Amino acid sequence: MAEVRLRKVIKRYEEVEAVRGIDLDISDHEFVVLVGPSGCGKSTTLRMIAGLEDITDGEILIAGDIVNDVPPKDRDIAMVFQNYALYPHMTVEQNMSFGLRLKRYPKAEIRKRVEEAARILDIKDLLNRKPKQLSGGQRQRVAMGRAIVRNPKVFLFDEPLSNLDAKLRVQMRTEIKKVHLQVRTTTVYVTHDQVEAMTLADRVVVMNNGNIEQVGTPHQLYHSPQTRFVAGFIGSPAMNFIPCEMEEAGAGLTVRLTDGLSFPVPPARADRYRRHTRNGKLLLGLRPEHITEAGQHIQPGEVPFEARLDVTEPMGMETLVYFPLNGTQVCGRVNPNAGAKDGAPLKLAADLNNMHLIDEATGRVI
Amino acid sequence: MANVAIPAATASAGRRPRYGSMSRNRQWALRWSYFFLVVFAFFFLLPPIYMLVTSLKTSAEISAATNPWWVYHPTLENYRELLTSNQYLTFFRNSAIVSVTVVTITMLISVPAAFALSRMKFWGSATLATGVFLTYLIPETLLFLPLFKMFAVFNEWTGIQLINRWWVLLVVYPTLTVPFCTWIMIGYFASIPKELDEAALIDGATWTQTLTKIFIPVALPGLIAATIFAFTVSWAQFLYPLAFTTSSDQLVLPVGIITTLIKGDVFNWGQIMTGALLGAAPPLIIYAFLMDYYIAGLTAGATKG
Repeated sequence: MAEVRLRKVIKRYEEVEAVRGIDLDISDHEFVVLVGPSGCGKSTTLRMIAGLEDITDGEILIAGDIVNDVPPKDRDIAMVFQNYALYPHMTVEQNMSFGLRLKRYPKAEIRKRVEEAARILDIKDLLNRKPKQLSGGQRQRVAMGRAIVRNPKVFLFDEPLSNLDAKLRVQMRTEIKKVHLQVRTTTVYVTHDQVEAMTLADRVVVMNNGNIEQVGTPHQLYHSPQTRFVAGFIGSPAMNFIPCEMEEAGAGLTVRLTDGLSFPVPPARADRYRRHTRNGKLLLGLRPEHITEAGQHIQPGEVPFEARLDVTEPMGMETLVYFPLNGTQVCGRVNPNAGAKDGAPLKLAADLNNMHLIDEATGRVI
Repeated sequence: MANVAIPAATASAGRRPRYGSMSRNRQWALRWSYFFLVVFAFFFLLPPIYMLVTSLKTSAEISAATNPWWVYHPTLENYRELLTSNQYLTFFRNSAIVSVTVVTITMLISVPAAFALSRMKFWGSATLATGVFLTYLIPETLLFLPLFKMFAVFNEWTGIQLINRWWVLLVVYPTLTVPFCTWIMIGYFASIPKELDEAALIDGATWTQTLTKIFIPVALPGLIAATIFAFTVSWAQFLYPLAFTTSSDQLVLPVGIITTLIKGDVFNWGQIMTGALLGAAPPLIIYAFLMDYYIAGLTAGATKG
């Protein structure tokens, strides 16, 4: 077990800079998820930690040692790949014990470790099968078993669930979390799926364009995103961004969306936003769950308004409603019994206690 | 395929399939393929059958004006004579030693070469891979004269005589087998997912261990295809042994049969056919055993190479 540190790590391929000088501290036992769109550098970062890619500049430390020039086998890491990468000609047991056999561990020790890992992953009955005879979920378990058996300092997961169908993915997600709670090995996990990131991680690292946008707990990322990218990337359906202007209104402030529609800013936020009253390029960020049907009692900070719905999407436990506002399509989440109909008007309420104000020029949340 | 065909067949049992329907198209496709396959099989099996028929005849019957496709007085005399003749057995032994050694040399060179060319990215590796294949395209008819000259010069400089020694073929044949086998293996190794060697690398395997413990077992069908190819080429090669070996104790089978069984203008047809038939047996036996692997290997190489 060990902590992992990245210091100004840069990866450059011929002309493209894939990773642009990132700093990251991952503490012992921590489960960190790197998430971002494809091409954001998250897999490259993981592969540099694994030693499968050279580092152009900067330093990577595992357990306090600089490992820039240490080959993968001497970094004491284990990796789980997206396509499992099981050795097709070996049985499950041979797959799991391959690393230990190469290191010439005693037979009894190998057997003990394989059995222990098989118990944790519930694959004892599969030990004599070949990978071809296993389902996708079982293969993924074996791939994890191969990592656990080695008892490494760090686990690296490279989009391990992307090849599974939706139902199995949810199930294996829980399995991975359970395994981590038992084994407690420092884990770096790469995914493009923000739901996976939110559910698994102690801390999430959102990457974009070779940079780290924000590092934080799932709760922090969701409730206090620092950039427009993070605000839009985390959460599904994504946060609404509506062009707006900030105006003085007596002692307080209002967000003016259109000529006919202004929302008063909650007093707690007014001070923070006051400096931006002359900024013409502002976006109001509001998550769909903060645009709901207007109830009987309006809470402080909530603002009722009426909108003509374009489309409604009944999801069962909620209905998503889409309507145009100041030139953009806005999504809200309403109760299925609120009577939302395609093309019909509906009374909605925006919860400005959860609003975000984004400076479009810098892309940062104010 | 079979599962799909069954419901189609039962559905069409009651009524004639309409023009342009899938099952009707399929039926015609099948008829045509059977027709051409039968024509092909007939065409290619005719010579071996003729060899077999002739090998069972006496010289007198061969030269007699009887039906050439029928044996009236079958005899195993040709087989007895050949298999008891020291000369024929020497050819056979030379061929066997040359082929087995060439296969071994080929595999020892081309498997690591293919591994390096397909997996270790180094400066010029792609060009080198193409270069390996291009050497295969140069016909041996162009090469045997310069090679002859090279061996002569080599003899002048070192005093080691290569010409008219059967083991000169161990030097020459790999020039034919190594490029092609390397090419097959590159295609085959390339079809192995990159993550597999990365997993092995992380598990602590060296490059050599990755090759021997992962790549060779996984690419076994391709390896067998390459082996069969190398064996067939060295077993059936005619031009090089004809050019480089002359003494009858140094000859391999294809050249031996021609040079010893044709005396002046006298063709000992019965023995020639028998010798050729017996000579064709070893590759045939190997094919029969490894056929499934061979086909798997060739098709994998075909799509990926």
